[in-house]
Amino acid sequence: MTTASAPAGRRSRRRVRNDDAAGLGIAGASAFVTPALLLIALFLLFPALWTVYLGLTNYRLTGLAALNTRFVGLQNYQRALQDPEFWSSLRITLLFVLGSGVLGQTVLGFALAWALRSVRGLARGVVESLVLAAWVIPGSVHAFLWIALLDRRGGTLNEIAGTDGYAWLIEHPLSMIILFNIWCGAAFSMQLFSSAISSVPPSQLESARMAGAGSFAQLRDVVIPHLRSHILTNVLLITLWTFNTFGPYLLTAGGPNGKTNLLSVYIYNTAIPGGQLGKGAALSVIMLLINLVIALIATGLGRRRRS
Amino acid sequence: MSAPHRSVPLDPDRGPQHRRPTLTRRAALAGTAALATAATAACSKDSPKKDQDKDTLTITGNSIEGGKNAAGAEWLTSWVIPEFTKAQKKKGRDVTLTFVPQGVDDEDYKTKIALDLKSKKGADVISIDGIWVGEFAQAGYIKPLDEVAKASDSWDGWKQISEAVQGSASFEDKRYGVSEGTDGRVIFFHKGLFRKAGLPEDWQPTSWDDIIAAGKKLKGLKGVTPIQLNAGTAMGEATTMQGFLPMLVGTGTDLWAEDKWQGDTGPVQDVLKLYQQIYIDEKLGDAVLQQEASGRDSSFEEFSKGKIGMLFEGDYFWRSVVNPADGVGTAPMKNRDKVVGYAKIPAMQPGSGVRGQDFVSMSGGGCNVINPNAPDPDLAWDLIAFMSSPEAFAAKAKGSLNVTPRDDVNKKLLKDDPMLSWLTEEVLPLTSYRPSLAAYPEVSVAIQQATLDVASGKEVAEAAKKYGQAVVDIVGDDAVDTQ
Repeated sequence: MTTASAPAGRRSRRRVRNDDAAGLGIAGASAFVTPALLLIALFLLFPALWTVYLGLTNYRLTGLAALNTRFVGLQNYQRALQDPEFWSSLRITLLFVLGSGVLGQTVLGFALAWALRSVRGLARGVVESLVLAAWVIPGSVHAFLWIALLDRRGGTLNEIAGTDGYAWLIEHPLSMIILFNIWCGAAFSMQLFSSAISSVPPSQLESARMAGAGSFAQLRDVVIPHLRSHILTNVLLITLWTFNTFGPYLLTAGGPNGKTNLLSVYIYNTAIPGGQLGKGAALSVIMLLINLVIALIATGLGRRRRS
Repeated sequence: MSAPHRSVPLDPDRGPQHRRPTLTRRAALAGTAALATAATAACSKDSPKKDQDKDTLTITGNSIEGGKNAAGAEWLTSWVIPEFTKAQKKKGRDVTLTFVPQGVDDEDYKTKIALDLKSKKGADVISIDGIWVGEFAQAGYIKPLDEVAKASDSWDGWKQISEAVQGSASFEDKRYGVSEGTDGRVIFFHKGLFRKAGLPEDWQPTSWDDIIAAGKKLKGLKGVTPIQLNAGTAMGEATTMQGFLPMLVGTGTDLWAEDKWQGDTGPVQDVLKLYQQIYIDEKLGDAVLQQEASGRDSSFEEFSKGKIGMLFEGDYFWRSVVNPADGVGTAPMKNRDKVVGYAKIPAMQPGSGVRGQDFVSMSGGGCNVINPNAPDPDLAWDLIAFMSSPEAFAAKAKGSLNVTPRDDVNKKLLKDDPMLSWLTEEVLPLTSYRPSLAAYPEVSVAIQQATLDVASGKEVAEAAKKYGQAVVDIVGDDAVDTQ
């Protein structure tokens, strides 16, 4: 700060904090954010708190408990944590997230981006459009396409492989929904990584090549170190999305025999067809807490990187 | 309303394709759209009320033209609405009757109706599954008919409706609605396949062993699955209603009797042993099909193509699945009347069924109830009585024929259909109903799980034990029979 501008700065400090770039003042700024905060409170905060409350009751949609809803404390949580179905659901969800999100989408997305890095023109356009198409089309259409592919009678896969009558969704349910989810979401990682790869300074790659580095060595020693933060962001975002996804329900409805009973599906089946809204709410809170932990790790890692 | 899915309220493989909560933005959009629709609906509902001389009335059901239960929706819009308006005009009342169609999964419909009633809104006359009456009544969502509309007591239609059918719309001996019709479970079999297997075309088994014996003969035919007895959770309520319960009543036991549910009992194990015999020991059924997301529809299709020998179903199968009439059947069989045979479901052994019967069946059906929050419940009752008149059922039968609740109407209408008149005379007198209690849907899921466990290879004792524990968790120790 120069001496000339100091008095001006001191004078304005009375009304405006010196980090107030827009010069709105507290009242002005509050007026601007209030509508957004109200909306968030109404549609996010209130339902979340309401869910916490419902989770402490024996609330049901019908029957006696609908009329005389009682406060039952932590009974729903206790029951959920003792329920082997909850633990198996959590285990399935973690496998699903690890397989389809962390490994599948990230690796496939990166592989596509890496393979396309020097491809230009029509070929790139075609591959990118195909991958993006899976990202763009609605979930119900995803499910329909995959049911047509995997159908036991006359499904495309059985026709090609000559395995008519083989029920893929029954024999390998978890692998199938993992493949399904990789296919649905790989486009995001591909896009993110291709823009990240293009930001790697060509001079470094050039030097690496001159020093005799092969493709793999370039990848390991030049590209990956540059992409570390992108990989982190990508993995965390995808983990959250995959953790919460409901899409596989449309393929298997949690079956056969609970083998694809993801947490989201388990909650839905408990709360809506099962009518146990109280227990469903408690399970939702547990899921919310797991999400929060993931999000905290995300922001924590992000902050450490910046500082 | 011919209610194909009425009898199968839990049908998770059907429907919720439109749901995808991953996309929160889409959900928000949908929410906004719903709010907008609700707002418009509220406006359009309110506006006629300003006109003081006009009475308004609304009715809803899970039926929609061009979709689910289309014939029922068509009957409401093109017959009930104009005729009811005319009839009221004669009495000097100017009534505007509106039908609010729905065409969704039964569970979603149930949720919507429950929420409507909870918020003291919704249509004045509501069509619900008879099996929901108990839980809705316990929640205080619906009230006994004589409390809501006094005139219902003196209705002349009651004496045409048998006590059992009235019971399907009752709870704790009080009538809550008027039944829309009923149905029954039987064995359908493919006469062509039976002939090839050397079995009589007028087959009528008299014990479970007869069923197994016929299944073994059918097994000799290439590419034929002998028996389709619904199992597993993917089939939803169809497993309980078409599979487990008809067999359980065949052991002489009701699922719920004297305030106790069947837990891990001898009869439950007997039924599970039958499942084991069919799916594991003798391999007479397709265990994989039971777990497919749309396995029930696949089983219908296979039967219509002559790939399934016998199939346990309600008369819905005859009316709405293999019906060759244009646009009615979902898996039509041109020569249905010649090829599809039907037989009563035998008890485990002759005389071992409930009430000492040789043969058994299960029935369900929808009913119309009055919304306790209706501004003019007497007018709502007028509508229900009107819809339950012989003329109304005659008009409905033109769309799709099914067993009505009224004996006088059945006598006149059903004689044209040999299967339905056989059902009325031979099967319905033997039938049983599901307990109309809030715990039932959960117990039903536990039953489905037990059949799934057995069909996928678990030992009967183990599956029964797990089932027994599940029932105790649902209703508590005191309400479970373990003998």
